[in-house]
Amino acid sequence: MTELSKSGTAVNEPTSTSSAPSAFLEVRDLKVHFPTDDGLVKSVDGLSFQLEKGKTLGIVGESGSGKSVTSLGIMGLHTAGQYGKRKAQISGEIWLNGTELLGADPDYVRKLRGREMAMIFQDPLSALHPYYTIGQQIVEAYRIHHDVDKKTARRRAIEMLDRVGIPQPDKRVDNYPHEFSGGMRQRAMIAMSLVNNPELLIADEPTTALDVTVQAQILDLIRDLQKEFGSAVIVITHDLGVVAELADDLLVMYGGRCVERGPAEKVFYEPRHPYTWGLLGSMPRLDRDQQERLIPVKGSPPSLINVPSGCAFNPRCPYADLPKDNVTRTVRPELAEVGSRHWAACHLGKEQRERIWTEEIAPKL
Amino acid sequence: MLAYLIRRLFAAAVMLVVIIMVVFGIFFLVPKWAGVDIATSFVGKQADPAAVEGVRQKLGLDTPIYAQVWEFFKGIFVGRTYSGGGDTIHCAAPCFGYSFRSEQAVWPVLTDRFPVTLGLALGAAVLWLVFGVAAGVLSALKRGTLWDRGAMVVALAGVSLPIYFTGMLSLAIFAFGLHWIDAQYVPLEDSFSGWLGAMILPWITLAFLYAAMYARITRATMLEILGEDYIRTARAKGLKEQTVIGKHAMRSTMTPILTMLGMDLGALIGGAILTESTFNLPGLGRAVLDAIRNQDLPIIVGVTLITSLAVLFANLVVDILYAVIDPRVRLT
Amino acid sequence: MTTQRTSGRRKQAFAAAAAVAALLTTAACGGGGSDDSGKGSSTGAAGFDAANNKVAQASLAKKGGTLKFGGAQDADSWDTTRGYYGFMWNFARYYSRQLVTGKTEPGKAGATLTPDLATGLAKVTDDGKTYTYTLRDGATWEDGKPVTSKDVKYGIERVWAQDVLSGGPVYLKDVLDPKGTYKGPYKDTSKDKLGLKAIDTPDDKTIVFHLPQANSDFEEMLALVSASPVRQDQDTKSKYGLHPFSSGPYKFASYSPGKELTLVRNDKWSQASDPIRKAYPDKITVTFFSDANQLDQRLLNGDLDLDINQTGMSPQGRTTALKEHKGNLDNPVSGYIRYAVFPQSVKPFDNVECRKAVIYGADHVSLQTARGGPVAGGDIGTNMLPPSVPGAEGQKYDPYEISGKNKAGNAELAKAALKACGQPNGFKTTIAVRNNKPVEVATAQSLQASLKKIGIDAQIDQYDGSQTTGIIGSPENVKKKGYGIIIMGWGPDFPTVQGFGLPLWDSKYILDSGNSNYALIKDKTIDGLFDSYVTTLDDAGKEKISSEINHKVMEGAYYLPFVFEKFINWRSDNLANVYTTDNYSGQYDFVNLGLKNPKK
Repeated sequence: MTELSKSGTAVNEPTSTSSAPSAFLEVRDLKVHFPTDDGLVKSVDGLSFQLEKGKTLGIVGESGSGKSVTSLGIMGLHTAGQYGKRKAQISGEIWLNGTELLGADPDYVRKLRGREMAMIFQDPLSALHPYYTIGQQIVEAYRIHHDVDKKTARRRAIEMLDRVGIPQPDKRVDNYPHEFSGGMRQRAMIAMSLVNNPELLIADEPTTALDVTVQAQILDLIRDLQKEFGSAVIVITHDLGVVAELADDLLVMYGGRCVERGPAEKVFYEPRHPYTWGLLGSMPRLDRDQQERLIPVKGSPPSLINVPSGCAFNPRCPYADLPKDNVTRTVRPELAEVGSRHWAACHLGKEQRERIWTEEIAPKL
Repeated sequence: MLAYLIRRLFAAAVMLVVIIMVVFGIFFLVPKWAGVDIATSFVGKQADPAAVEGVRQKLGLDTPIYAQVWEFFKGIFVGRTYSGGGDTIHCAAPCFGYSFRSEQAVWPVLTDRFPVTLGLALGAAVLWLVFGVAAGVLSALKRGTLWDRGAMVVALAGVSLPIYFTGMLSLAIFAFGLHWIDAQYVPLEDSFSGWLGAMILPWITLAFLYAAMYARITRATMLEILGEDYIRTARAKGLKEQTVIGKHAMRSTMTPILTMLGMDLGALIGGAILTESTFNLPGLGRAVLDAIRNQDLPIIVGVTLITSLAVLFANLVVDILYAVIDPRVRLT
Repeated sequence: MTTQRTSGRRKQAFAAAAAVAALLTTAACGGGGSDDSGKGSSTGAAGFDAANNKVAQASLAKKGGTLKFGGAQDADSWDTTRGYYGFMWNFARYYSRQLVTGKTEPGKAGATLTPDLATGLAKVTDDGKTYTYTLRDGATWEDGKPVTSKDVKYGIERVWAQDVLSGGPVYLKDVLDPKGTYKGPYKDTSKDKLGLKAIDTPDDKTIVFHLPQANSDFEEMLALVSASPVRQDQDTKSKYGLHPFSSGPYKFASYSPGKELTLVRNDKWSQASDPIRKAYPDKITVTFFSDANQLDQRLLNGDLDLDINQTGMSPQGRTTALKEHKGNLDNPVSGYIRYAVFPQSVKPFDNVECRKAVIYGADHVSLQTARGGPVAGGDIGTNMLPPSVPGAEGQKYDPYEISGKNKAGNAELAKAALKACGQPNGFKTTIAVRNNKPVEVATAQSLQASLKKIGIDAQIDQYDGSQTTGIIGSPENVKKKGYGIIIMGWGPDFPTVQGFGLPLWDSKYILDSGNSNYALIKDKTIDGLFDSYVTTLDDAGKEKISSEINHKVMEGAYYLPFVFEKFINWRSDNLANVYTTDNYSGQYDFVNLGLKNPKK
């Protein structure tokens, strides 16, 4: 609870005004839908949040919950490189530093990419071009946005590699991605993302492909760099453990929507959504016995084409029958404030949830 | 990289020796086992015993097999002398045999015919690379659209229509019908414009077939590459779309195309028999066709060897280019 | 015929008027319409069969221009000693001269001999065993030196060097040195390399041949290009064919085997020394193609004047040509007979009645159709002597009434013959056919079908056509494989019964390998007739014996002739002085072809 004050203004109540917000990044009612042969895939279906500079937002959810689609949406990568007849349908607003991106000129957004907002991808081996050296790729990233000669750019690349903790950066700069270890590759990826001092850094599952010891190093690195550069950071993960120490605020996604969000401590220690409970239960912890460590959420993620009516989580929710009149299966719950700057979308009564949490869930964790 | 190169070169050299031995075996040993007298097949209508004996002597057919192979090998490096019946023929190194049908050494025939075939193959390759790859990339970028479907139907036609048909058709229209071009081969050294005029139809005909294949493979590869994470990374860096496609995606797409190109060029250099015969281009393909008809064994052996060499060489080049394009290859 | 000619003349007048009109309006008319006129105009085609056994457009030939040949097949060799293809012999007259040669006249006359290098035909003495010639003045080589009797002798001696110069006909060797004592000029130990005893050259102008035994066709053999003079200091042995040293009106300018051949005027040749050659064009080019259809296409397009191979157009080109350019075509008899032969070593073909059964049972019309019909295939063959050979009777001699009442096969006679043969229910046999000749395969299938009707079950064996000599040329192999019927064809080397039938019918020519007497005929009467033929010197006597040999062969029922072959030959609009000659089996006589418009 001591860190609560830190979270400050990271998350505010969703607003419906379309005027420029004061927050550094504000996403309003973002919808990303993909038409397919089987129907419309509603990957993100009405998502709103805000993020200030120097703060870190963790977006948590299972695969297919829409977290990566959200990040690509912010980067404008659903419209860039969309060929053929089927294009992603995006609506809502994304405000970055006072500019709305969805309605902006795509080339303007392109120029923001890599400079104002950068991204770290999950698997650095596949996310780095196998045919170019690390140096070439960083140099390229730098020179898109800076009119400098190759030499200068190369110096910058070496400097960045050094900064992210790659030994002998002046030599390693000429190595190819396959010549790096997994952790080093991710460091290089981070170096490439930060080469233009972006104000917004999105890390999409930055540690999933790495082994546990390296994971911690990378997370430390991201935290240090954030402090140094003062950027706003979004960390996307399915693993609460990753964001536990890193994030100021947390946003839990399920079926393309936000089901709970609030300051990290709140969401961690006073979660108010059964899905968040499930996530906490499935979180690996070093201080627990092997056998009981993992209590996965039962069932499988919802179809994004035929999202269950009512609460999208209802087929998997052990408490779905508690509220009256079958309301969990007919009415979609809206986000409601459950505490200070803490929202959750659930039909269960406030007290009911507090009781279940303290009596049934928390003791098992 | 150097080690890789040396390894490849060594492998190629070993292959070369094996190829020469196999080719020699096929053409000189197998007929012998099958009971065909090569010497007789060299002589004309009235198989005069003296004539048969003369050829036998010149070819050294009465010496043991290993001696014949050795003579052949030696000939390649130091030249060879055929003698018999008071006549001596010197075949200068590199001697790839001597055609007793047309009374000329095989090597000059090959070097005479090779530029025609090379010109045909390279010219057509440029055309089909430019058009095939461009069409493939466009199709990939516009997948599912009318353009994509149309291009793929044309590509299917290109792949399925035989060269003979498209060749005859284009000749009938442009050479015999419209008289736009004189369908007569003109050597490059005689007249560049004449050569160009004579080669344009064969190029287009040949390129049509291959462009179709290349368009299909380019489209498929490009679609696959566009789904790669590193393409997303390239966009996330803020690269312009043309750079993403033209640089990042193309470099990866080139790998399978290059492999195909190496194989195709190698095979074509061995003789685009149908194209050369349809357009009457005096290349290796026609040489081997005529040689088969005239049972001119040494020419057949020579062209087969050259073809194998061309394929071998093309593969070597592809291997090296591969290493240039894909750094991961250099390790293996 | 008379009416046709009249209408032809009228057409000619129209054509002339049209030509004038065209000139006046300067409207150029491309492509030849079919002009059926017998004589033709200066621009159009001469008409169908206008050059068959007669001269088309003789008066229109002008000096100069380039005569353009095309070919799907290069010569076996351009060396006069080594060439054996008919068209090579024909073409060789451009750059080589012989003591005597065929007359440059159409049809049969072309097959009669006339002096060339010699001042006259041979003075034959010593009961036909000595031939003497005197050489003409002014005949020179391409470097201007005179052609001497020693050059002629040396050229003939080269035939003996078969181990180096293989491929050509060896008649001269067999006749002049049957025992094979001379070893050829390259192994000749005499200083001047002129060690052949059978030929004397008392001076540079005189040459005397001494035959151990008379041969009435000897002068025919001297007319072959293998009797051409070759100058010793210009003899490049096996490579001579790449650049033969010219004694004729043209010389080799460039030659790339299988690609092209160009002859240019030999300015040392003097018209006065040569009564034969007109030498109209300035230049002669030959372009070779791998694809016969391509060649036909170029002919039809007017890019080329004629086909050097002279074996007829391919089916595709033929069809178009007959439809659209009939006036450019001739339909000569090729001199070839296409036939089936019955090896007597394969039972039951040892029995003449079984052979007759096949002849009677075959549907001759259907065989003719398989060969290409009456135009492209030829008339139904009724006997084994080609129409171009003296003594031939054509369809008049038809012992089995093949072109008459038994045209479509006579099952009754066939069954009777089978009974007489002791095979009343028929028998099984094998038809051997070259796999690379679709037309021959078709005839085999036709024969198979008609034989089935009389109870003969014939299987077709398609053997590798490129191995003909080794497969059917070996009597042992034929017997082993049970080839009762072999499909083949034969043409005369020179137009006499000897030049055609000796290797086919004389028992001396039964060889263990390279055999051509496929029927294995061992008939003393036939052998005897050949023997008396070579010693009979008068033409009437020779003709009579020729007919007799033919009759004997037919009586033995060794052969089932299909057709007296005809083919469709193309000549361009621009070709003048065109005619077919029996000297070269119905080919156009190359040596005196001219162009109407040399600038074209």
